[in-house]
Amino acid sequence: MSATITGALAVEQFSFWYGAQQALHDIAFDIAPQTVTALIGPSGCGKSTFLRSINRMHDLQPGTRSTGRILLDGDDVLDRGVDVVLLRQRIGMVFQRSNPFPKSIYDNVAYGPRLNRHLSRSATDDLVEQALRRSALWDEVKDRLRQSATGLSGGQQQRLCIARALANEPEVLLLDEPCSALDPIATQRIEELLWELKQELTIVIVTHNLQQAARVSDRTAFFYLGRLVEHGPTDQLFTAPREERTEAYITGRFG
Amino acid sequence: MSSTPLHGASVGDRIYRVATTAFALSIPLLLVLLSAEVAAAAWPALKTFGFSFLTSSRWDAVAGEFGAAPAIYGTIVSSVLALLVATPLAIGVAIFLSEFAPSWLRQPVAFLVDLLAAIPSVVYGLWGIFVLVPLLREHVMPLLADRLHLGGTPFFSGPAYGPSMLAAGLILAIMVLPYISAVTREVLMAVPRSQREAALALGATRWEMIRGAVLPYASSGILGGVILGLGRALGETMAVTMVIGNRHEISASLFAPGYTMASLIANEFSEATNDLHLSSLMAVGAVLLAVTLSVNVLARWLVWRVQRQGR
Repeated sequence: MSATITGALAVEQFSFWYGAQQALHDIAFDIAPQTVTALIGPSGCGKSTFLRSINRMHDLQPGTRSTGRILLDGDDVLDRGVDVVLLRQRIGMVFQRSNPFPKSIYDNVAYGPRLNRHLSRSATDDLVEQALRRSALWDEVKDRLRQSATGLSGGQQQRLCIARALANEPEVLLLDEPCSALDPIATQRIEELLWELKQELTIVIVTHNLQQAARVSDRTAFFYLGRLVEHGPTDQLFTAPREERTEAYITGRFG
Repeated sequence: MSSTPLHGASVGDRIYRVATTAFALSIPLLLVLLSAEVAAAAWPALKTFGFSFLTSSRWDAVAGEFGAAPAIYGTIVSSVLALLVATPLAIGVAIFLSEFAPSWLRQPVAFLVDLLAAIPSVVYGLWGIFVLVPLLREHVMPLLADRLHLGGTPFFSGPAYGPSMLAAGLILAIMVLPYISAVTREVLMAVPRSQREAALALGATRWEMIRGAVLPYASSGILGGVILGLGRALGETMAVTMVIGNRHEISASLFAPGYTMASLIANEFSEATNDLHLSSLMAVGAVLLAVTLSVNVLARWLVWRVQRQGR
């Protein structure tokens, strides 16, 4: 890791539209480096839309547009001149359903580095091992790196997807409900992993599970109907929310 | 509810099961009967000529000598040539249509490509005789042989008559292209969005996503499409008969005329003069059936292997 801490995000008056329908209204908040930020809110509140805006996954979807800025270490990721390929190397993403390629475990993890950097075999080997260690998967798969990734369990597949993202050595890791298809034990492993990983990078996680948000995050942002209702330190948001709607949501009165 | 008997409940179910079982069995039975019938009719010729029926190039109805080697060779070479030309083209078309084409262009182009499959074989043959063959004779063959200096190689040597293995392969390529392309297009569109997003989120460009995530995921399906095209090419008769030149000779040169099994049967059946001649044509049919069946078995095995590797 470099001496200067990178991976700071700043969101300024960000709005987003699917065609004529506005999905996000004037979102504005900061995400500090080496923290975990949880995005919570009921289905359709825009939290996933927001997450996917950070690494510009909407680019291929026709009819979407946005206004405002999302700054990564001071540079607007939404700028037309930004190379999305480079951007997505700096901002990794893990999806709701684990989506390993139907290739070997090794080839899955090496996919990103092979695309973007021309490394020697041994350097790639090192990178793969390092990524698998960081995602706490190494001990389970080190003897079968050449076997198909689709033979892994659901939780292992999701950690493999995290390893695959880490192999690009990103500054920011976005996770879109990464545990929604996992059992409690696999979920716990991923949560512990996030705790480890935040020593090195910035983590933004969308979750439907409020306990999970409370367990893993430093700060929580509550989205409702496309607006950021409240954002603050997680313990404060869960114990003493400022907004009535936040309190209603976290106490289970809707959502 | 309590009055519903537990045993022998539904007569309708039973009739339905018997009927569908009968339908399902009738098709394999038909295949078996057909094969047996062809084999029986082919038996006299196979008994007379033995293994040399497959290896001899002599086909002389007057002398009563029959060897099908040129036709077997021609069937395989023209079909493989067709696949070599059609597969890259068809996959390219499919990739364009499923990944790059704007939606207003996608439907019309896909429709036109599919329409290639609806053109009657004899029309392709006519087009072959009046357009493709003269084009090959006057422009393509001289270009290949002289300008590109490939005339020295065995594949492009000899006089440019026009009707040739090359003409047959090219016309077959056009005919199988829509099949390969349609299957590939469907398979590509069926690749889950999660696979595409996985590649993009790792910093793949659009092309890297297609090459690294979409095509490998779809490979077994694409292979299936290619095999479908091969099956079609092996059996195609009319168009090939009209452009291949119909000569009993094995030549390495694609410029030379040749023969295929299907053309041979079509050309000579009505004029078969004696029982041995007829039986020899049936034997050609039997070989064609065997080749087609083994290609399909091979194809199934390939698809199965690719699928197993992938998952």
